[in-house]
Amino acid sequence: MITDMDRYDNHRVLVVLPHPDDESFGVSGSLAKYVKNGSQVTYACLTLGQMARNMGSPLFANRITLPEIRKEELAQSCRAIGIQDLRMLGFHDKTIEFEERELLDGAISAVIEELNPTVIYTFYPGYAVHPDHDATGAAVVRCVENLPAERRPVVRAMAFSRGCEDIIGAPDVRVDVKDFVKQKVASVQSHKSQFWVPELKKASQKDLEDRFGTERFWTLKFD
Amino acid sequence: MLPIDPQYIQQRIDEMKDQDLYIHLELTNGAYAAHNDASRHPAANFITNAVIRYVHGGISGVGPYRVGLKMEQGWIYSEGLTHYEETEQDRLILAGHDKDGKLVVALQISPYPFK
Repeated sequence: MITDMDRYDNHRVLVVLPHPDDESFGVSGSLAKYVKNGSQVTYACLTLGQMARNMGSPLFANRITLPEIRKEELAQSCRAIGIQDLRMLGFHDKTIEFEERELLDGAISAVIEELNPTVIYTFYPGYAVHPDHDATGAAVVRCVENLPAERRPVVRAMAFSRGCEDIIGAPDVRVDVKDFVKQKVASVQSHKSQFWVPELKKASQKDLEDRFGTERFWTLKFD
Repeated sequence: MLPIDPQYIQQRIDEMKDQDLYIHLELTNGAYAAHNDASRHPAANFITNAVIRYVHGGISGVGPYRVGLKMEQGWIYSEGLTHYEETEQDRLILAGHDKDGKLVVALQISPYPFK
């Protein structure tokens, strides 16, 4: 079944992802849609992606400068999308699965408590390829499970591991973001140290809509 | 060496926390990497007998395994681990070997220095 939320206004959206740039390809169009329709979007980004191997092309970053550069790129991506509230939670890249659970869950729960979101976007634990992605999704699930059932927000997850649909089925939510490909491309281009896609500059609106016009999510189920 | 048993290694990691330890951490794709295959980039590094102390640590993955050790300030991270040395009782000797059996990564921690 293919559904889409009929309303993008009046939501308090919380995005919990581990790396600057995790928002770009998977969820930036939907976030721009929420913002355009008057919803409040908070992005809690767990790390600064400081262990990334991409250093720009041509090279302009190094291990020392990368965290600060990625912080700026993240802020620029949020401006491009229109995200009103960016939180950088200060964890270290590649360590989310090893982090002390109380500390990790405590930081995420504190944001949930403060904002009381209507919907949370994160990665689908186990089906999001990078250990930090899976560990972030798992932490969000634990935090939401801890809430009384009536206070639980909707949790929408991104999955992209090979063959994942054979196991978890097709995504139940497809969002039409054709009207927001401009913001989405700008989000991608904000992360200059990580992505270089010069062909996007020349791509027609039609090409961009075909490539970026739909975002897909799985709604996670809680008992 | 034996294939890693993550539950056992987790227990060893827990036993060694909160104490000064010598570490040997190494990653290499071999001095002949580019000689044998020009498309490869030869890279290697090691740090040996630096003193560390971690407050929290874990092993993760389904093999090859990852280990993360959280220190008062900073982290130690190692990916690609496949084997451990079962004869070692007081030192933790972990390694990652490629399909030809060659060492690619080593993570060793010990209460006394490595020779």
